[in-house]
Amino acid sequence: MQCPKCHAPMHTYNRNGVQIEQCSGCRGIFLDYGELEALTRLESQWTQAAPPAPPGAPQAYPAAPAWGAPQHGHHGGHHGHHKRGFGHMLFSS
Amino acid sequence: MEPARGCIARHQEARSPGTPPGKSYDPGAADDMGGAVSQTAAQLATALRRARRDATAEVTVLADRPDGTVVRCGHIVAKAHPPGTDPAELAVRLGVAAHPRCAGILLPPVDGMAALPDGRQVTLWPYGEPVAPDAPDAAPWAEAGKLLARLHSVPIAELPGPLPAMRGPAKAARAIARLRAAALPDSVATRAVLRAWAGLPGWARGVDRMDRGVDRMDRLDRVGRPDHRDRADRVEGQDRADRLEGREHGDRVDPREGDGVGFGGEDNRLCHGDLHLGQLIRHRATDWRLIDIDDLGLGDPAWDLARPAAWYAAGLLAAEDWERFLGAYRAAGGSAAGEGDPWPRLDVPARALTVQTAALALAKAAAAGRALDEAEEAMVEASVRIAHFMEAAG
Repeated sequence: MQCPKCHAPMHTYNRNGVQIEQCSGCRGIFLDYGELEALTRLESQWTQAAPPAPPGAPQAYPAAPAWGAPQHGHHGGHHGHHKRGFGHMLFSS
Repeated sequence: MEPARGCIARHQEARSPGTPPGKSYDPGAADDMGGAVSQTAAQLATALRRARRDATAEVTVLADRPDGTVVRCGHIVAKAHPPGTDPAELAVRLGVAAHPRCAGILLPPVDGMAALPDGRQVTLWPYGEPVAPDAPDAAPWAEAGKLLARLHSVPIAELPGPLPAMRGPAKAARAIARLRAAALPDSVATRAVLRAWAGLPGWARGVDRMDRGVDRMDRLDRVGRPDHRDRADRVEGQDRADRLEGREHGDRVDPREGDGVGFGGEDNRLCHGDLHLGQLIRHRATDWRLIDIDDLGLGDPAWDLARPAAWYAAGLLAAEDWERFLGAYRAAGGSAAGEGDPWPRLDVPARALTVQTAALALAKAAAAGRALDEAEEAMVEASVRIAHFMEAAG
């Protein structure tokens, strides 16, 4: 398939099950019927599953040891929620 | 007197739940206090008044525990160090805190040393505002990381000496000894804590490196067995012998020795030895300083990062706080966490501190006849995972 704009060849990529064609010349993207909706749907699912990190926060969870708590690597309500009763431990040997 | 209490009560060390807030000590009202203030605190208050040449000055008790009593009078704080503190070692540590190379890192003492009638060593310090315990979200994690990075880069050769060993591993050993002495009924928790402890390399358990080879065989022989009582007796026996001879575990560490099992001492640095948020105070309006030199000395600088690391690994410390601490440490040139994944360097000391915290929690809860709180439970669970992981890894 050739790019309708610059006529360079287009390459097919698979993004989360959605086929998209991208032009090797102008980097333009061609979507088949329904593919834009599919992408939008995927995007909203992603947002619901993992709320965006606050600005400045790193994308990935920092590394933890093999014996670390099982919640490592999972998302969900972690920000700003220390375990209750943790305060005193921060101040003791 | 009253308005000062709120902030004084939060000072420095007395932080366990149920610890009474700062108490004003008035010698004329000593009887009314009904033994609420220890004899050490009373003697310390008298010594501080004498040092300030004011026999009636108001003195506030900031911490009053067997291992450390702190009283405040105006802008001066007096600390009675734990019984058995070696005066020569304390003098060196005090000299380090006062040294220009540690300016801006460690709080410098304001005066020389003294001793209480019972022989306990006393040091004097400027008062500083502590971290607010009711606002852990506002804790100065970045400042803590930065201060540690600077501490770890202090040129040791320029400091007073002989610099004693950092006492982190010795304190971990003492926590285990306390758990064993509590003689709790056999449980998953205590068994896991003791197994996790037995799986640590000798240096992290404060074991003399001279008998390290023997110790390792001993450990391999015992890993996975529920009862390590004779091992405990040996450690405690060693502890007693060391105290009699006025030294601590690890003092005889040979810095040239290293066998790849863990920290071989090849990169000894000046370490704080007991970092937590109670060890930071605001010296002036904005400048944070590290306090408490009791465990300061030469050792593996990773130990100082390992308590926050252990809290993070146990799921207690938020990832953002952990990253702020570690990021600031690295940005300030701290090298104890290596580059990239910090866990190859932090794993052993973080395991030791996890086990130490769990052991103390079990012993203290049993002594008080209470259940573990949520945070203590998390540290015990981490110890159980360490023990499982250790057995799985052989």
